[in-house]
Amino acid sequence: MRSVNCESIIKAVKELCIEANYHLSQDMCEALKNAADTEESTLGRSILEQLEKNLEIAASDDIPICQDTGMAVIFVELGQEVRIEGGFIGDAINEGVRQGYTEGYLRKSVVGDPLERINTGDNTPAVIHYTMKPGDGLRITVAPKGFGSENMSRVFMLKPADGAEGVKNAVLTAVRDAGPNACPPMFVGVGLGGTFEKAALLAKQALLRGAGTHSEKPHIRAMEEELLRRINESGIGPGGLGGSTTAFAVNIESYATHIAGLPVAVNICCHVNRHAGREL
Amino acid sequence: MEYRLSSPFDPEELKRLRAGDLVYISGCVYVARDAAHKRMQEALDAGKELPFDISGQTIYYMGPSPAREGRVIGSAGPTTASRMDRYTPALLDLGLRAMIGKGKRSPEVHEAMLRNGAVYFAAIGGAGALLSKAITACETVAWEDLGAEALRKLTVEDFPAIVVIDTEGKDLYLREDKKVKIF
Ligand code: SF4
Repeated sequence: MRSVNCESIIKAVKELCIEANYHLSQDMCEALKNAADTEESTLGRSILEQLEKNLEIAASDDIPICQDTGMAVIFVELGQEVRIEGGFIGDAINEGVRQGYTEGYLRKSVVGDPLERINTGDNTPAVIHYTMKPGDGLRITVAPKGFGSENMSRVFMLKPADGAEGVKNAVLTAVRDAGPNACPPMFVGVGLGGTFEKAALLAKQALLRGAGTHSEKPHIRAMEEELLRRINESGIGPGGLGGSTTAFAVNIESYATHIAGLPVAVNICCHVNRHAGREL
Repeated sequence: MEYRLSSPFDPEELKRLRAGDLVYISGCVYVARDAAHKRMQEALDAGKELPFDISGQTIYYMGPSPAREGRVIGSAGPTTASRMDRYTPALLDLGLRAMIGKGKRSPEVHEAMLRNGAVYFAAIGGAGALLSKAITACETVAWEDLGAEALRKLTVEDFPAIVVIDTEGKDLYLREDKKVKIF
Protein backbone atom coordinates (compact mmCIF):
# COMPACT_ATOMS: atom_id res chain seq x y z
CA MET A 1 0.00 0.00 0.00
CA ARG A 2 1.07 3.57 -0.72
CA SER A 3 -0.38 6.45 1.27
CA VAL A 4 -1.44 9.76 -0.19
CA ASN A 5 -2.44 12.57 2.12
CA CYS A 6 -5.48 14.76 1.52
CA GLU A 7 -3.32 17.86 1.91
CA SER A 8 -1.38 16.96 -1.23
CA ILE A 9 -4.65 16.33 -3.09
CA ILE A 10 -5.99 19.76 -2.09
CA LYS A 11 -2.78 21.42 -3.23
CA ALA A 12 -2.69 19.57 -6.54
CA VAL A 13 -6.32 20.29 -7.40
CA LYS A 14 -5.93 23.96 -6.50
CA GLU A 15 -2.87 24.34 -8.71
CA LEU A 16 -4.41 22.38 -11.58
CA CYS A 17 -7.57 24.56 -11.56
CA ILE A 18 -5.39 27.64 -11.93
CA GLU A 19 -3.01 26.13 -14.48
CA ALA A 20 -5.84 24.89 -16.72
CA ASN A 21 -7.52 28.29 -16.80
CA TYR A 22 -4.39 30.28 -17.60
CA HIS A 23 -2.49 28.01 -20.01
CA LEU A 24 -3.74 25.67 -22.73
CA SER A 25 -1.94 22.41 -23.42
CA GLN A 26 0.76 22.39 -26.09
CA ASP A 27 -1.40 20.52 -28.63
CA MET A 28 -4.17 23.16 -28.36
CA CYS A 29 -1.71 26.02 -28.85
CA GLU A 30 -0.24 24.29 -31.88
CA ALA A 31 -3.67 23.54 -33.36
CA LEU A 32 -4.52 27.22 -33.09
CA LYS A 33 -1.26 28.29 -34.64
CA ASN A 34 -1.61 25.87 -37.56
CA ALA A 35 -5.17 27.01 -38.17
CA ALA A 36 -4.09 30.65 -38.28
CA ASP A 37 -1.61 29.67 -41.00
CA THR A 38 -4.09 27.73 -43.13
CA GLU A 39 -7.43 29.55 -42.63
CA GLU A 40 -8.84 30.72 -45.96
CA SER A 41 -11.08 33.57 -44.82
CA THR A 42 -9.47 36.94 -44.04
CA LEU A 43 -11.85 37.64 -41.16
CA GLY A 44 -11.38 34.05 -39.94
CA ARG A 45 -7.61 34.48 -39.98
CA SER A 46 -7.86 37.71 -38.07
CA ILE A 47 -10.03 36.03 -35.41
CA LEU A 48 -7.56 33.14 -35.05
CA GLU A 49 -4.68 35.59 -34.70
CA GLN A 50 -6.59 37.42 -31.98
CA LEU A 51 -7.17 34.12 -30.22
CA GLU A 52 -3.41 33.49 -30.30
CA LYS A 53 -2.87 36.94 -28.88
CA ASN A 54 -5.48 36.18 -26.22
CA LEU A 55 -3.43 33.17 -25.07
CA GLU A 56 -0.31 35.32 -24.87
CA ILE A 57 -2.07 37.98 -22.81
CA ALA A 58 -3.55 35.35 -20.48
CA ALA A 59 -0.07 34.01 -19.76
CA SER A 60 1.78 37.33 -19.54
CA ASP A 61 -0.85 39.33 -17.64
CA ASP A 62 -2.10 36.58 -15.34
CA ILE A 63 -5.70 36.74 -16.54
CA PRO A 64 -7.88 33.72 -17.35
CA ILE A 65 -8.02 32.78 -21.05
CA CYS A 66 -11.82 33.01 -20.94
CA GLN A 67 -14.10 34.60 -18.34
CA ASP A 68 -16.14 31.40 -18.19
CA THR A 69 -13.68 29.46 -16.10
CA GLY A 70 -16.11 26.61 -16.12
CA MET A 71 -17.57 24.02 -13.83
CA ALA A 72 -14.67 21.95 -12.54
CA VAL A 73 -14.80 18.43 -13.97
CA ILE A 74 -12.28 16.19 -12.24
CA PHE A 75 -11.08 12.78 -13.35
CA VAL A 76 -9.50 10.63 -10.67
CA GLU A 77 -7.66 7.44 -11.64
CA LEU A 78 -7.03 5.68 -8.38
CA GLY A 79 -4.76 2.67 -8.02
CA GLN A 80 -6.29 0.03 -5.78
CA GLU A 81 -3.10 -0.08 -3.72
CA VAL A 82 -3.39 3.55 -2.69
CA ARG A 83 -4.63 4.54 0.76
CA ILE A 84 -6.02 8.06 1.14
CA GLU A 85 -5.15 9.55 4.54
CA GLY A 86 -6.44 12.57 6.40
CA GLY A 87 -10.03 12.62 5.21
CA PHE A 88 -12.36 11.80 2.31
CA ILE A 89 -10.90 12.28 -1.16
CA GLY A 90 -14.07 13.97 -2.46
CA ASP A 91 -13.90 16.61 0.26
CA ALA A 92 -10.22 17.21 -0.49
CA ILE A 93 -10.99 17.69 -4.18
CA ASN A 94 -13.76 20.19 -3.47
CA GLU A 95 -11.49 22.05 -1.06
CA GLY A 96 -8.87 22.24 -3.83
CA VAL A 97 -11.47 23.66 -6.22
CA ARG A 98 -12.58 26.19 -3.62
CA GLN A 99 -9.02 27.38 -3.03
CA GLY A 100 -8.09 27.34 -6.71
CA TYR A 101 -11.11 29.35 -7.85
CA THR A 102 -10.72 31.86 -5.01
CA GLU A 103 -6.96 32.37 -5.02
CA GLY A 104 -6.74 32.11 -8.81
CA TYR A 105 -9.27 34.90 -9.48
CA LEU A 106 -11.46 32.46 -11.39
CA ARG A 107 -15.16 33.06 -11.92
CA LYS A 108 -17.59 31.32 -9.59
CA SER A 109 -20.11 29.90 -12.03
CA VAL A 110 -21.89 27.21 -10.02
CA VAL A 111 -25.41 27.41 -8.58
CA GLY A 112 -26.31 25.00 -5.79
CA ASP A 113 -29.68 23.96 -7.17
CA PRO A 114 -30.65 23.92 -10.85
CA LEU A 115 -34.00 25.61 -10.18
CA GLU A 116 -33.35 27.81 -7.15
CA ARG A 117 -30.11 29.00 -8.79
CA ILE A 118 -28.23 30.50 -5.85
CA ASN A 119 -24.51 30.81 -6.59
CA THR A 120 -22.46 28.69 -4.18
CA GLY A 121 -19.79 31.42 -4.19
CA ASP A 122 -16.74 29.16 -4.52
CA ASN A 123 -17.41 27.12 -7.68
CA THR A 124 -18.04 23.93 -5.70
CA PRO A 125 -19.21 21.26 -5.94
CA ALA A 126 -17.03 19.83 -8.68
CA VAL A 127 -18.20 17.01 -10.94
CA ILE A 128 -15.90 14.14 -10.02
CA HIS A 129 -15.41 10.91 -11.99
CA TYR A 130 -13.48 8.11 -10.28
CA THR A 131 -11.91 5.14 -12.03
CA MET A 132 -10.09 2.33 -10.26
CA LYS A 133 -6.92 0.94 -11.77
CA PRO A 134 -4.31 -1.66 -10.78
CA GLY A 135 -1.20 -0.63 -8.89
CA ASP A 136 -0.42 2.28 -6.56
CA GLY A 137 -0.70 5.27 -8.90
CA LEU A 138 -3.00 8.24 -8.46
CA ARG A 139 -3.66 10.62 -11.32
CA ILE A 140 -5.88 13.68 -11.09
CA THR A 141 -6.99 15.65 -14.15
CA VAL A 142 -8.87 18.93 -13.88
CA ALA A 143 -10.95 19.89 -16.92
CA PRO A 144 -12.88 23.15 -16.37
CA LYS A 145 -15.86 23.12 -18.75
CA GLY A 146 -17.50 26.25 -20.12
CA PHE A 147 -21.20 26.10 -20.79
CA GLY A 148 -21.45 27.99 -24.07
CA SER A 149 -20.26 24.78 -25.67
CA GLU A 150 -21.56 22.35 -23.01
CA ASN A 151 -25.11 23.57 -23.74
CA MET A 152 -24.72 22.50 -27.37
CA SER A 153 -23.78 18.90 -26.48
CA ARG A 154 -26.14 16.04 -27.28
CA VAL A 155 -26.87 12.36 -26.65
CA PHE A 156 -28.52 10.34 -29.43
CA MET A 157 -29.83 6.81 -28.81
CA LEU A 158 -29.55 5.42 -32.35
CA LYS A 159 -30.67 2.03 -33.62
CA PRO A 160 -28.06 -0.56 -34.65
CA ALA A 161 -29.43 -0.30 -38.21
CA ASP A 162 -28.45 3.39 -38.29
CA GLY A 163 -24.81 2.25 -38.38
CA ALA A 164 -21.84 4.44 -39.23
CA GLU A 165 -23.93 6.82 -41.36
CA GLY A 166 -26.25 7.44 -38.43
CA VAL A 167 -23.31 8.19 -36.16
CA LYS A 168 -21.81 10.65 -38.62
CA ASN A 169 -25.15 12.42 -39.10
CA ALA A 170 -25.57 12.71 -35.34
CA VAL A 171 -22.16 14.35 -34.92
CA LEU A 172 -22.67 16.68 -37.88
CA THR A 173 -26.13 17.68 -36.62
CA ALA A 174 -24.75 18.57 -33.19
CA VAL A 175 -21.92 20.61 -34.72
CA ARG A 176 -24.21 22.41 -37.16
CA ASP A 177 -26.68 23.31 -34.40
CA ALA A 178 -23.85 24.47 -32.15
CA GLY A 179 -22.61 26.86 -34.85
CA PRO A 180 -21.48 30.22 -33.48
CA ASN A 181 -22.81 29.54 -29.96
CA ALA A 182 -19.99 27.14 -29.07
CA CYS A 183 -17.15 29.57 -29.80
CA PRO A 184 -15.73 27.79 -32.84
CA PRO A 185 -13.15 26.53 -33.71
CA MET A 186 -14.55 23.67 -31.68
CA PHE A 187 -13.06 20.53 -30.24
CA VAL A 188 -15.51 17.67 -30.71
CA GLY A 189 -15.56 14.74 -28.29
CA VAL A 190 -17.64 11.72 -29.30
CA GLY A 191 -18.60 8.76 -27.12
CA LEU A 192 -19.77 5.74 -29.03
CA GLY A 193 -21.40 2.69 -27.46
CA GLY A 194 -21.85 1.66 -23.83
CA THR A 195 -25.07 2.85 -22.21
CA PHE A 196 -26.74 6.27 -22.07
CA GLU A 197 -24.39 7.65 -19.37
CA LYS A 198 -21.31 5.76 -20.50
CA ALA A 199 -21.50 7.35 -23.94
CA ALA A 200 -21.68 10.83 -22.38
CA LEU A 201 -18.70 10.12 -20.13
CA LEU A 202 -16.67 8.74 -23.06
CA ALA A 203 -17.45 11.89 -25.02
CA LYS A 204 -16.09 14.03 -22.19
CA GLN A 205 -12.99 11.83 -21.88
CA ALA A 206 -12.44 12.16 -25.62
CA LEU A 207 -11.87 15.90 -25.04
CA LEU A 208 -8.81 15.07 -22.92
CA ARG A 209 -7.07 13.25 -25.76
CA GLY A 210 -4.76 15.65 -27.59
CA ALA A 211 -5.57 17.34 -30.88
CA GLY A 212 -3.97 15.35 -33.71
CA THR A 213 -4.10 11.99 -31.89
CA HIS A 214 -6.29 9.20 -33.22
CA SER A 215 -8.22 6.14 -32.16
CA GLU A 216 -6.22 2.93 -32.40
CA LYS A 217 -9.12 1.25 -34.23
CA PRO A 218 -8.69 1.86 -37.98
CA HIS A 219 -12.43 2.21 -38.75
CA ILE A 220 -12.88 4.71 -35.89
CA ARG A 221 -9.81 6.64 -36.96
CA ALA A 222 -11.19 6.84 -40.49
CA MET A 223 -14.44 8.22 -39.08
CA GLU A 224 -12.56 10.84 -37.02
CA GLU A 225 -10.72 12.00 -40.11
CA GLU A 226 -13.81 12.07 -42.33
CA LEU A 227 -15.85 13.99 -39.74
CA LEU A 228 -13.12 16.57 -39.17
CA ARG A 229 -12.84 17.15 -42.90
CA ARG A 230 -16.61 17.49 -43.37
CA ILE A 231 -16.97 19.80 -40.35
CA ASN A 232 -14.24 22.06 -41.72
CA GLU A 233 -15.98 22.10 -45.11
CA SER A 234 -19.16 23.37 -43.43
CA GLY A 235 -18.10 27.00 -43.68
CA ILE A 236 -19.10 27.80 -40.06
CA GLY A 237 -15.55 29.06 -39.45
CA PRO A 238 -13.90 30.92 -36.55
CA GLY A 239 -16.51 32.68 -34.42
CA GLY A 240 -19.19 31.23 -36.74
CA LEU A 241 -18.40 34.07 -39.13
CA GLY A 242 -17.27 31.93 -42.04
CA GLY A 243 -14.04 30.15 -42.90
CA SER A 244 -12.28 26.85 -43.27
CA THR A 245 -11.52 26.24 -39.58
CA THR A 246 -14.60 25.05 -37.72
CA ALA A 247 -13.00 22.33 -35.57
CA PHE A 248 -9.50 21.43 -34.44
CA ALA A 249 -10.27 17.80 -33.76
CA VAL A 250 -12.91 15.09 -33.67
CA ASN A 251 -11.89 12.54 -31.05
CA ILE A 252 -13.99 9.39 -30.76
CA GLU A 253 -13.84 7.01 -27.80
CA SER A 254 -15.77 3.76 -28.15
CA TYR A 255 -16.91 0.94 -25.88
CA ALA A 256 -18.88 -2.30 -26.10
CA THR A 257 -22.65 -1.87 -26.25
CA HIS A 258 -25.94 -3.81 -26.13
CA ILE A 259 -27.34 -5.84 -29.06
CA ALA A 260 -30.30 -3.42 -29.26
CA GLY A 261 -28.49 -0.11 -29.14
CA LEU A 262 -26.08 2.41 -30.62
CA PRO A 263 -25.64 5.31 -28.17
CA VAL A 264 -23.79 8.35 -29.50
CA ALA A 265 -22.85 11.30 -27.31
CA VAL A 266 -21.35 14.48 -28.73
CA ASN A 267 -19.61 16.70 -26.20
CA ILE A 268 -18.82 19.98 -27.88
CA CYS A 269 -15.95 22.01 -26.53
CA CYS A 270 -14.76 25.41 -27.67
CA HIS A 271 -11.23 26.41 -28.67
CA VAL A 272 -10.56 26.87 -24.94
CA ASN A 273 -10.38 23.11 -24.35
CA ARG A 274 -8.80 23.12 -20.91
CA HIS A 275 -7.30 20.26 -19.00
CA ALA A 276 -4.35 19.84 -16.70
CA GLY A 277 -3.33 16.61 -15.00
CA ARG A 278 -0.75 15.34 -12.54
CA GLU A 279 0.48 12.10 -10.94
CA LEU A 280 0.47 12.19 -7.18
CA MET B 1 -16.08 48.36 -43.79
CA GLU B 2 -14.45 49.45 -40.56
CA TYR B 3 -15.88 52.10 -38.25
CA ARG B 4 -14.98 53.75 -34.98
CA LEU B 5 -18.19 54.39 -33.07
CA SER B 6 -19.17 55.76 -29.72
CA SER B 7 -21.81 54.26 -27.48
CA PRO B 8 -24.58 55.31 -26.80
CA PHE B 9 -24.85 55.18 -30.58
CA ASP B 10 -26.24 57.77 -32.92
CA PRO B 11 -29.25 56.05 -34.59
CA GLU B 12 -28.24 57.44 -37.97
CA GLU B 13 -24.79 55.93 -37.61
CA LEU B 14 -26.26 52.55 -36.72
CA LYS B 15 -28.28 52.64 -39.94
CA ARG B 16 -25.07 52.83 -41.96
CA LEU B 17 -23.73 49.60 -40.52
CA ARG B 18 -24.01 46.39 -42.52
CA ALA B 19 -23.72 42.80 -41.31
CA GLY B 20 -20.03 41.91 -41.62
CA ASP B 21 -18.66 45.39 -40.80
CA LEU B 22 -15.92 45.66 -38.20
CA VAL B 23 -16.37 48.24 -35.48
CA TYR B 24 -14.34 49.63 -32.62
CA ILE B 25 -16.65 50.83 -29.87
CA SER B 26 -15.76 53.51 -27.33
CA GLY B 27 -17.93 54.92 -24.58
CA CYS B 28 -20.44 53.39 -22.19
CA VAL B 29 -21.92 49.90 -22.34
CA TYR B 30 -24.03 48.15 -19.70
CA VAL B 31 -23.30 44.54 -18.77
CA ALA B 32 -26.03 42.02 -18.01
CA ARG B 33 -26.47 38.28 -18.43
CA ASP B 34 -29.06 35.68 -17.40
CA ALA B 35 -29.76 36.58 -13.77
CA ALA B 36 -29.73 40.37 -14.32
CA HIS B 37 -32.12 39.94 -17.25
CA LYS B 38 -34.44 37.93 -15.04
CA ARG B 39 -34.38 40.73 -12.45
CA MET B 40 -35.03 43.38 -15.12
CA GLN B 41 -38.03 41.39 -16.32
CA GLU B 42 -39.29 41.02 -12.75
CA ALA B 43 -38.95 44.79 -12.23
CA LEU B 44 -40.93 45.48 -15.40
CA ASP B 45 -43.58 42.91 -14.48
CA ALA B 46 -43.99 44.64 -11.12
CA GLY B 47 -44.40 48.00 -12.84
CA LYS B 48 -41.07 49.27 -11.46
CA GLU B 49 -38.31 51.21 -13.21
CA LEU B 50 -35.11 49.57 -14.39
CA PRO B 51 -31.98 50.51 -12.39
CA PHE B 52 -30.73 52.49 -15.43
CA ASP B 53 -32.31 54.40 -18.29
CA ILE B 54 -32.12 51.85 -21.08
CA SER B 55 -33.21 54.22 -23.84
CA GLY B 56 -30.56 54.43 -26.55
CA GLN B 57 -28.15 52.20 -24.60
CA THR B 58 -26.04 49.14 -25.36
CA ILE B 59 -26.01 45.88 -23.39
CA TYR B 60 -23.00 43.58 -23.44
CA TYR B 61 -23.87 39.99 -22.49
CA MET B 62 -20.97 39.13 -20.23
CA GLY B 63 -20.02 37.89 -16.77
CA PRO B 64 -16.40 38.77 -15.96
CA SER B 65 -13.92 36.82 -13.90
CA PRO B 66 -12.82 38.68 -10.74
CA ALA B 67 -10.36 41.58 -11.10
CA ARG B 68 -6.94 41.29 -9.48
CA GLU B 69 -5.97 44.11 -7.13
CA GLY B 70 -5.35 47.30 -9.05
CA ARG B 71 -7.03 46.07 -12.22
CA VAL B 72 -10.30 47.25 -13.72
CA ILE B 73 -11.75 43.84 -14.52
CA GLY B 74 -10.82 40.20 -15.09
CA SER B 75 -11.35 38.20 -18.27
CA ALA B 76 -14.34 39.72 -20.06
CA GLY B 77 -15.52 38.02 -23.26
CA PRO B 78 -19.10 37.59 -24.56
CA THR B 79 -21.58 34.96 -23.47
CA THR B 80 -24.22 33.23 -25.63
CA ALA B 81 -26.89 35.78 -26.49
CA SER B 82 -29.75 33.37 -27.19
CA ARG B 83 -30.25 32.76 -23.48
CA MET B 84 -31.36 36.39 -23.23
CA ASP B 85 -33.74 36.14 -26.22
CA ARG B 86 -36.81 35.64 -24.06
CA TYR B 87 -36.24 38.98 -22.30
CA THR B 88 -34.86 40.99 -25.21
CA PRO B 89 -37.91 42.12 -27.25
CA ALA B 90 -39.37 43.97 -24.23
CA LEU B 91 -36.03 45.73 -23.63
CA LEU B 92 -35.77 46.69 -27.30
CA ASP B 93 -39.25 48.18 -27.16
CA LEU B 94 -38.08 50.24 -24.18
CA GLY B 95 -35.31 51.70 -26.30
CA LEU B 96 -32.35 49.31 -26.02
CA ARG B 97 -30.43 50.12 -29.17
CA ALA B 98 -27.54 47.68 -29.40
CA MET B 99 -26.37 44.35 -28.00
CA ILE B 100 -22.97 42.69 -27.90
CA GLY B 101 -22.72 38.93 -27.46
CA LYS B 102 -22.08 35.76 -29.42
CA GLY B 103 -24.29 33.29 -31.23
CA LYS B 104 -27.66 33.24 -32.95
CA ARG B 105 -30.79 35.23 -32.05
CA SER B 106 -34.43 34.16 -32.18
CA PRO B 107 -36.94 35.28 -34.84
CA GLU B 108 -38.71 37.33 -32.12
CA VAL B 109 -35.49 39.25 -31.39
CA HIS B 110 -34.94 39.79 -35.13
CA GLU B 111 -38.42 41.30 -35.43
CA ALA B 112 -38.08 43.53 -32.40
CA MET B 113 -34.69 44.72 -33.68
CA LEU B 114 -36.13 45.64 -37.07
CA ARG B 115 -39.02 47.42 -35.43
CA ASN B 116 -36.63 49.48 -33.28
CA GLY B 117 -33.65 49.98 -35.57
CA ALA B 118 -31.29 48.05 -33.30
CA VAL B 119 -27.98 46.34 -34.04
CA TYR B 120 -26.47 43.10 -32.69
CA PHE B 121 -22.70 42.84 -32.56
CA ALA B 122 -20.56 39.77 -31.92
CA ALA B 123 -17.40 40.01 -29.90
CA ILE B 124 -14.88 37.18 -30.25
CA GLY B 125 -16.00 34.33 -28.01
CA GLY B 126 -13.26 33.00 -25.79
CA ALA B 127 -11.04 36.07 -26.12
CA GLY B 128 -11.79 37.39 -22.63
CA ALA B 129 -8.19 38.23 -21.76
CA LEU B 130 -7.72 40.24 -24.96
CA LEU B 131 -11.09 42.01 -24.70
CA SER B 132 -10.45 43.03 -21.09
CA LYS B 133 -7.72 45.32 -22.45
CA ALA B 134 -10.39 47.50 -24.10
CA ILE B 135 -12.21 48.08 -20.81
CA THR B 136 -11.04 51.15 -18.92
CA ALA B 137 -13.61 51.40 -16.12
CA CYS B 138 -16.17 49.16 -14.47
CA GLU B 139 -18.78 49.94 -11.83
CA THR B 140 -21.60 47.89 -10.39
CA VAL B 141 -24.98 49.51 -11.05
CA ALA B 142 -27.28 47.04 -9.25
CA TRP B 143 -27.69 43.56 -7.84
CA GLU B 144 -24.22 43.10 -6.41
CA ASP B 145 -25.51 39.90 -4.77
CA LEU B 146 -25.45 38.29 -8.22
CA GLY B 147 -21.63 38.30 -8.23
CA ALA B 148 -20.40 37.71 -11.78
CA GLU B 149 -23.99 38.29 -12.93
CA ALA B 150 -24.48 41.75 -11.40
CA LEU B 151 -25.60 44.66 -13.57
CA ARG B 152 -22.51 46.67 -14.47
CA LYS B 153 -21.56 49.75 -16.42
CA LEU B 154 -18.34 49.72 -18.42
CA THR B 155 -16.29 52.34 -20.13
CA VAL B 156 -14.68 50.86 -23.22
CA GLU B 157 -12.08 52.13 -25.63
CA ASP B 158 -11.83 50.71 -29.13
CA PHE B 159 -13.62 47.52 -28.14
CA PRO B 160 -13.55 45.32 -31.27
CA ALA B 161 -16.79 43.78 -32.55
CA ILE B 162 -18.42 42.59 -35.75
CA VAL B 163 -21.89 43.59 -36.95
CA VAL B 164 -23.92 40.36 -37.07
CA ILE B 165 -27.50 41.67 -37.41
CA ASP B 166 -27.90 45.14 -38.95
CA THR B 167 -30.86 47.54 -38.85
CA GLU B 168 -32.23 46.04 -42.06
CA GLY B 169 -32.37 42.60 -40.48
CA LYS B 170 -29.48 41.06 -42.41
CA ASP B 171 -27.83 38.32 -40.30
CA LEU B 172 -24.20 37.37 -40.88
CA TYR B 173 -24.69 33.92 -39.33
CA LEU B 174 -27.39 33.15 -41.90
CA ARG B 175 -25.20 34.33 -44.78
CA GLU B 176 -26.36 33.17 -48.17
CA ASP B 177 -22.95 33.11 -49.82
CA LYS B 178 -21.35 30.72 -47.35
CA LYS B 179 -24.37 28.68 -46.44
CA VAL B 180 -23.54 26.17 -43.80
CA LYS B 181 -23.43 23.07 -45.99
CA ILE B 182 -22.84 20.26 -43.60
CA PHE B 183 -25.20 17.82 -45.32
S1 SF4 C 1 -17.75 28.33 -24.98
FE1 SF4 C 1 -15.62 28.24 -24.28
S2 SF4 C 1 -14.57 29.99 -25.18
FE2 SF4 C 1 -16.77 30.33 -25.35
S3 SF4 C 1 -17.29 31.56 -23.57
FE3 SF4 C 1 -17.66 29.42 -23.01
S4 SF4 C 1 -15.72 28.68 -22.12
FE4 SF4 C 1 -15.29 30.60 -23.15
